[in-house]
Parts: sequence; C-alpha cells; structure tokens
Amino acid sequence: MNSYKKVILDPIFNDNPIMYQILGICSALAVTSKLETSIVMALAVTFVVAFSNFAVSIVRNYVASSIRILVEMTIIASLVIIADQIIKAFAFDISKQLSVYVGLIITNCIVMGRAEAFALKNPPLLSFMDGIGNGLGYSFVLLAVGFVRELFGSGKLLGMTVFPVNTAGGWYVPNGLFLLPPSAFFLIGLLIWAIRTWKPEQVEEE
Amino acid sequence: MFEHYLSLFIKSIFIENMALAFFLGMCTFVAMSKRVETAIGLGIAVVVVQAITVPVNNLIYHYVLVKGALSWAGLPDLDLTFLGLITYIGVIAAMVQILEMALDKYVPSLYNALGIFLPLITVNCAILGGSLFMVERDYTFPESLVYGVGSGLGFAIAVIALAGIREKMKYSNVPPGLRGLGITFITVGLMAIAFMVFSGIQL
Repeated sequence: MNSYKKVILDPIFNDNPIMYQILGICSALAVTSKLETSIVMALAVTFVVAFSNFAVSIVRNYVASSIRILVEMTIIASLVIIADQIIKAFAFDISKQLSVYVGLIITNCIVMGRAEAFALKNPPLLSFMDGIGNGLGYSFVLLAVGFVRELFGSGKLLGMTVFPVNTAGGWYVPNGLFLLPPSAFFLIGLLIWAIRTWKPEQVEEE
Repeated sequence: MFEHYLSLFIKSIFIENMALAFFLGMCTFVAMSKRVETAIGLGIAVVVVQAITVPVNNLIYHYVLVKGALSWAGLPDLDLTFLGLITYIGVIAAMVQILEMALDKYVPSLYNALGIFLPLITVNCAILGGSLFMVERDYTFPESLVYGVGSGLGFAIAVIALAGIREKMKYSNVPPGLRGLGITFITVGLMAIAFMVFSGIQL
C-alpha cells in the first residue's frame, strides 16, 4: 500500500514533472492566464496521463520494443481526441480559449515520458496511480500560476471579483503584466526558487 | 500578393514567435539551449521539419480530412476532421523518419550533425502546434509553406539567442535555488518581453 501512496505523492513536490524533470512546460504556460482554463487543462492532462499509463502498462508485454513508440503515440492520441471531444461537448467556450493546446497534450512530454519511464516497467494499477500523481504534480503548478495570474492580472478568481478594479470604481489597479505571456515564465521561475529553497536537495550544480 | 506572403513570413518569425509568444516546444527549448552549437543544430532541424510537415499536413487536411474532400470517392458527407490530431502526429513521425533515412543515405555529414535532434522533434510541440495553427487559421497551400519556414526560423532564432545568453550566464553568481532551471525561466521571460516589442508592427 505504501508504494501506491509514494507514487501519488512523490511527483507533487519531490519529483514534480514540471519543476524537477522539465517536462510538459509548453502548455503549462499558455493556458494559465485564467484559473478556469487552468483547471480544465489540468483535468485533461491528468486524465490522459493516467489512462495512457494504464493502457501502455496493459500492453507492455505484448508489444515489441521497436514499435513501442508508435503504439504509445496511438494510445495517447486517441485519449487526447476523447478529451478534446468531451471538452468541446460540455465546455465549448473554454475549448475555444484553450485553442490548440488541448491537442498539444499529445506532444506533452509528461505523457510520453511517464509511459516510457514508468508504465513500461510496472503493473497497470501502479502505473495508473503514477499517472494520477504526475497529473496532480502538473496540476499543482498550473493552478498556482493560474491563481496568481488571474488574481493580480484582473482582480478576479474564476470570473468572480475578488479585488474590485479601479475601472469599475474599486481600489485595485490591475497589473497588466500578469495577463501577458512573459509573467508565466517569471512565476514558474520564482516557484522553482521557492521549492528549491524549501528542499535544497533539488538544487542543480553547474 | 508577394507582400501578403512577406508579411506572413515576418509575422510568423517575430510577432507570433513559436517559442516566446506561444510557449511551444518549451521542453526542448529549455533542455537543448545550454550550448550555442547544439542550439544551432536543433534550430536547423526544426526549420527543415517544420518546412516539410506543415505543407504536407495542409494537403492532407484539404484533400482528405475536411468535409466533402472525399466526394470523388462517393463519400460527400464524410467529415474526418476529428481524426486530425492522430493524422498530423502520424505524418510528423513518418516525415521525421523519412528525413532521417534520406539524410543518412545522401548527406551523412548533416545526418551526423542533426542525428540526435530529429527523433526529439517528433514530440516537439512547436511542430505539431505549427500544423494545428495552420488548420485553425485556414491557410492555403502557399501560405502554409511560408508559415512553416517562418515559424521554424522563429523558433531557431529564439533557441540560439537563449543559448548565447546561457553561455554567458555561466560567469554570473546566481543564488543556489535559482541555478539552472529557475534562472533560465526568468531569462526566457525577459526575452519574451523583448519580443513583444514587435507586436504592434503592422505590415
């Protein structure tokens, strides 16, 4: 039972896919200008990682290693199409805002990386848990960045006003930089700094 | 007509830079930018692959996937666009494989230089992203050719510039927690702000 707990909890702080393994940053940055899109994206990625790990792990003993990447790609692409169609069906406005980034989950290195590094060597249930754990690690960074960007960029959270902005008669002057792409880089850089100050063993030697 | 393509070209390099405006291909962008030499190799590989895959996917989209494209085969109502993602990634993987074999046979020196980057590029979001943007913006075939080359060049410029900065940064005293990944992100953020200067340009 301990190993299940470990594979779920480890990727959140100790071995975070974004901050420690540098995987899957691409989409993490572009969709985080609002908390809502961050949540949808986090759910979609967690879903895809968990089920692709599960599926890859089931077929791992039947697929020759020379064609495994092709098989993994097909599994991942099918799952992403499912996620994409579900988002389009139930949250059309958000799917418009996410634009191509849902499709880009296919090339999100987390999914492929976990399939290669974990699912090919471990039984299905454990791989599924690993997928959930890594999805949560990704979600943690995404939600943290999305929270800060929406709160300080437009004074809102999930579309509801938290800080009344000055254009609507409030006191808060929104910081436009947080709505622009570069702020995501700064926030992730600072987040990495914070985590590594807390856990010094992650510091890189140069 | 020429002006239209030129403006699309400039736009795809500077204003809508793949790496710095859309955050595509970030994993390779950060991981491969430690040295200028490797960055140049990666940059060239991206330009080549992008210039091939975007137009090819454009043809496939217009002649196979889009609704009514297969009417010559007696299937006028068939809409295969939902298969888009899996098709594009298949085309990209196949193209990279073919390119690798062709380079190995005919230009071994280039193959040795680009060798390790080509497989990496299959899972580079910038490449798939290029094809998806091409579909979303409904480019024609010549436009997709220009866009493919331009967006590839944009990525190459960004990765080479970042590698140059990181080489210089070796001499600076960075706080321990920021070393490596952290300071790279902040550098990329500053570069992205610099590239935003281009955003007001109307061609």
